[in-house]
Amino acid sequence: MELVLAAAIGVLSASGIWLILRPRTFQVIIGLTLISYAVNLFIFSTGGLRVGADPVLKAGATDPGRYADPLPQALVLTAIVISFATTALFLVVLLASRGLTGVDHVDGEEDETP
Amino acid sequence: MPYDVMLITIVGLPFAASLAALFMRANARNLAAWLATGVALVTLLLAVLVYPSIAGGGVVRHVVSWVPSLGLDLTLRVDGFTWLFLILICGIGALVGIYARYYMSPDDPVPRFFSFLLAFMGSMLGIVMAGNVIQLVFFWELTSLFSFLLIGYWHHGAAARDGARMALIVTSAGGLCLLAGLLIVGRIVGSYDLDVILASGDLIRTHRLYEPALVLILLGAFTKSAQFPFHFWLPHAMSAPTPVSAYLHSATMVKAGVFLLVRFWPVLSGTPEWFWLVGSAGLLTLVLGAYFAMFQQDLKGILAYSTISHLGLITLLLGMGSPLACVAAIFHIVNHATFKASLFMAAGAIDHEAGTRDLRRLGGLRHFMPVTATLAIIASAAMAGVPLLNGFLSKEMFFEEALGARWGSALDVVPTLAAVLASAFGVTYALRLVVGVFFGPVPDNLPKRPHEPPRWMLLPIGFLVAACLLVGMFPAPVIGPFLQAASISVLGAQTPTYSLAVWHGFTPALLMSIVTLAAGTLLYLTRRGWLARQDRAPLTGGLNGKAIFERLLHLLAKTAPRWLERRFPSRRLQPQLLMIILAAALAAALAVGNSPAALEPLRWSSIDPAFALLWVLGGACAAGAAVLAKFHRLAALILTGGAGLVSCISFVWLSAPDLAATQLLVEVVTTILILLGLRWLPRRIEVQTPASDRLARFRRRRDMVIAITVGLGLATLAYGVMMHPVEDSISRFFLERAYSEGGGRNVVNVLLVDFRAFDTLGEITVLAIVALTVFALLRRFRPSAESVGAPAQQRYQNAMDERAPDRSVGHTLTSYLMIPGLIIQLMFPVILLFGLHLFLRGHDLPGGGFAAGITISVGLILLYMAGGARWVESRLRVAPVRWIGLGLLTAAGTGLGSLLFGYPFLTAYFRYLDLPIFGRVPLATAVLFDLGVLMLVVGATSLILIALAHQSLRRPRPAAPSAETRPSEPAGDR
Repeated sequence: MELVLAAAIGVLSASGIWLILRPRTFQVIIGLTLISYAVNLFIFSTGGLRVGADPVLKAGATDPGRYADPLPQALVLTAIVISFATTALFLVVLLASRGLTGVDHVDGEEDETP
Repeated sequence: MPYDVMLITIVGLPFAASLAALFMRANARNLAAWLATGVALVTLLLAVLVYPSIAGGGVVRHVVSWVPSLGLDLTLRVDGFTWLFLILICGIGALVGIYARYYMSPDDPVPRFFSFLLAFMGSMLGIVMAGNVIQLVFFWELTSLFSFLLIGYWHHGAAARDGARMALIVTSAGGLCLLAGLLIVGRIVGSYDLDVILASGDLIRTHRLYEPALVLILLGAFTKSAQFPFHFWLPHAMSAPTPVSAYLHSATMVKAGVFLLVRFWPVLSGTPEWFWLVGSAGLLTLVLGAYFAMFQQDLKGILAYSTISHLGLITLLLGMGSPLACVAAIFHIVNHATFKASLFMAAGAIDHEAGTRDLRRLGGLRHFMPVTATLAIIASAAMAGVPLLNGFLSKEMFFEEALGARWGSALDVVPTLAAVLASAFGVTYALRLVVGVFFGPVPDNLPKRPHEPPRWMLLPIGFLVAACLLVGMFPAPVIGPFLQAASISVLGAQTPTYSLAVWHGFTPALLMSIVTLAAGTLLYLTRRGWLARQDRAPLTGGLNGKAIFERLLHLLAKTAPRWLERRFPSRRLQPQLLMIILAAALAAALAVGNSPAALEPLRWSSIDPAFALLWVLGGACAAGAAVLAKFHRLAALILTGGAGLVSCISFVWLSAPDLAATQLLVEVVTTILILLGLRWLPRRIEVQTPASDRLARFRRRRDMVIAITVGLGLATLAYGVMMHPVEDSISRFFLERAYSEGGGRNVVNVLLVDFRAFDTLGEITVLAIVALTVFALLRRFRPSAESVGAPAQQRYQNAMDERAPDRSVGHTLTSYLMIPGLIIQLMFPVILLFGLHLFLRGHDLPGGGFAAGITISVGLILLYMAGGARWVESRLRVAPVRWIGLGLLTAAGTGLGSLLFGYPFLTAYFRYLDLPIFGRVPLATAVLFDLGVLMLVVGATSLILIALAHQSLRRPRPAAPSAETRPSEPAGDR
């Protein structure tokens, strides 16, 4: 379980990092999305992976051991919202930049210098 | 009136009046002037009423508690020394108010002037009455700010702007040093209370942090009081209106520095460091100021340098370290304030009536303005230290101290020499001023025909000159008790006995006075022609404080940033991102390297084949997206969505249904959003770049290596973290209390809306800001020229519709969306209900305001897709901005509600309610907060989506080829 998720985090982040280093704006937006998946999974995994644990409290059962760790979940929930907001903002900036500069390079002009 | 109310009124009234003056009409000159004068008189009266309780050395204190745990209170205190300053600030403030009424031109926005003046007065009162050193620094910086506004009042003149800016930079930088110094002192003493600090002199002087604290505090005082080498800002501040100069450079602004030195004299003085730093700064300033003053041709220039010189005198007295010198310093503060304020006002009157301040153009004015001439001559004589005037008394005390100074055998004579030299120069420049302006032939090229200024302009001058005379002739009854009270409040038991008398017999000090008067007169008589020809002081002419300041500023604000920009490789985004990634990777590697225990128990985890298969798919999606994102955007988007879905399934698998739901919904919205955006992004045509682009290939390979390395590192790190047993974290706290204290079974939701509600409030605020920003950016959206026309598919459809005789344009669209549209319309209420369901169950079961909000906005956008924007908006009024506002208000209002019941912000309350049909229903204020989240999310999400969707309707203009948008075009949306 852990090994698979760790590999998943690795693949997602490698793809994302490769993309955000590329010159095209759309590549960067996709890259950011992939990185945020990776980071969300990573934060989530810090609480330990639990299969079949109870996500909500059952009446009378107060043993914290039988529940999934809520704290990383709350953090990731916030992160999901914020990454949606940044994606939306970046998308609009990307479109405006494409319109204003006529190119989709992240710097607003093609890289002339070798 | 009780003392606490009086003290608060003294500080608060000027600020309140300042605010009121801002709302006056620009031509309300009389009203504003009387307001300012009246406020100054009221505060003066209050100050006088306080006197009986501080006369015997007592202190009146009033503490308003603010953050007691941090030692931050609003403390107002008045003792004898403060009282003296209160009288100066309020008294001269009132006189300046009257004077300015007649000085300022009706063409200027005069209420603004008085508003600044009042605020400045309030800040000054705040400094002297501060009983807490942090508070003192606060008001200190306020005086810098308001003096900036006052000096730059005539902001259309470049000299005023430059002078104001320089004064602000120098004095507020000094203020920051002062803050640092006082923080150190507060740390040493363990309190920021002034009285505690004043009682801990020995502790501070012997502490190892004494030197840094002293240097920082002195930097603050020296910059404010224009001590060498920070004196250069003061002459440039003369571009202020003259009433401002009369106020700032006599009784207030520059006196704040020496006020501070006197205030902390019992605590900081008495050490060699104090002696050398303060003494030498004062000595240099005294001599240099007087020297420069002799060579000025501008009336206000003489007064400015003379002010610098007299401030140097006060500083030198304080540096000497003897209690008697401290008394003399306090005395000279008062004397200098009276004669210098009257001289500035007289200079203003001359400028006002004769049209120039240039000494070389003025002359013989005693024939036209006899009263002004008499008053100015008396004030100048006080400045020069002529007997029977107040300047003489404090100067003689200074001479005595200089004679008694023991600086170490060979240096004993230095203070005496400096005193004689500076005082002789003082006589010379006073003579230049008096003779040059009022005597001699009348020049025939004066800009105006001079005459006596209005009576109300003379009155303040006359009042101050009368004070100079009275103090000078009857010092003991007129100023004696007040000076004694001030000295006791500063020096306490050290207060020396001194005699305030005009005649002390033939003393060495008197001899010095006679020598300086004679020498100064002689210097003037022999050198007057030469002095009048100088444009700047000889010998030191090359040393231009302003030029050095400008060069320094240029270095800090331009050269250094340029250098940084050159050093740090690029303006381009890619190298920057590369550096960020490498730095992050390095930091992670170092952290792991330093704690090898993190990777210690290397065990193999179990592998669930189904889960592994799932992630083979997810990983393929991610890698595919990475490859295709450049030329096949839609495919890349779909693949990204695939990876997102897989991580969503993982959340379900790993017992986090809340995350899964939210991730899924956000996934949907993000995909729709990017799809909407893709319409405006012209497609990239894949061209095989020939082998010429070796650099690009190199970059791709390099980035590939970096990406794979970082990915491997992250995977290892994640594996290590996951295999590491989870220590007893704070999660236990939340699990145990979610139900008992938050009233909810869904711990994640309780965390978000109750325990950590403040974070959530911040988060939804960010969301609201982003939504509004997106909306604002899209209002003037200029898409690329290639994408303005209808998309290819639409063109084919329209062409087909036009060709067929029985169809009209748009038929294809409506017909193929007929069935889905119908389904969506029918499902819309269901989706809304589902959203509501998610919201209501959120506290106890997976769901919650956020998921519900996105569900509702997904429903909305589906409706838009099915019917088209026009169809929806003719039937349904969606007002996203209102939803945002309402949501934010609800969430914040719920938080504020707890304040009403005496609980901290955002404290949640819950109870169970037995309703007839529904049974036991949990009712928590957190649910109300969650409702705010829901409304905001609905508003923000739909605002973003609809704003982007509207772009297709509004026939956007293409961007101008020059890549510039014209600023004021109608938005033309809808």
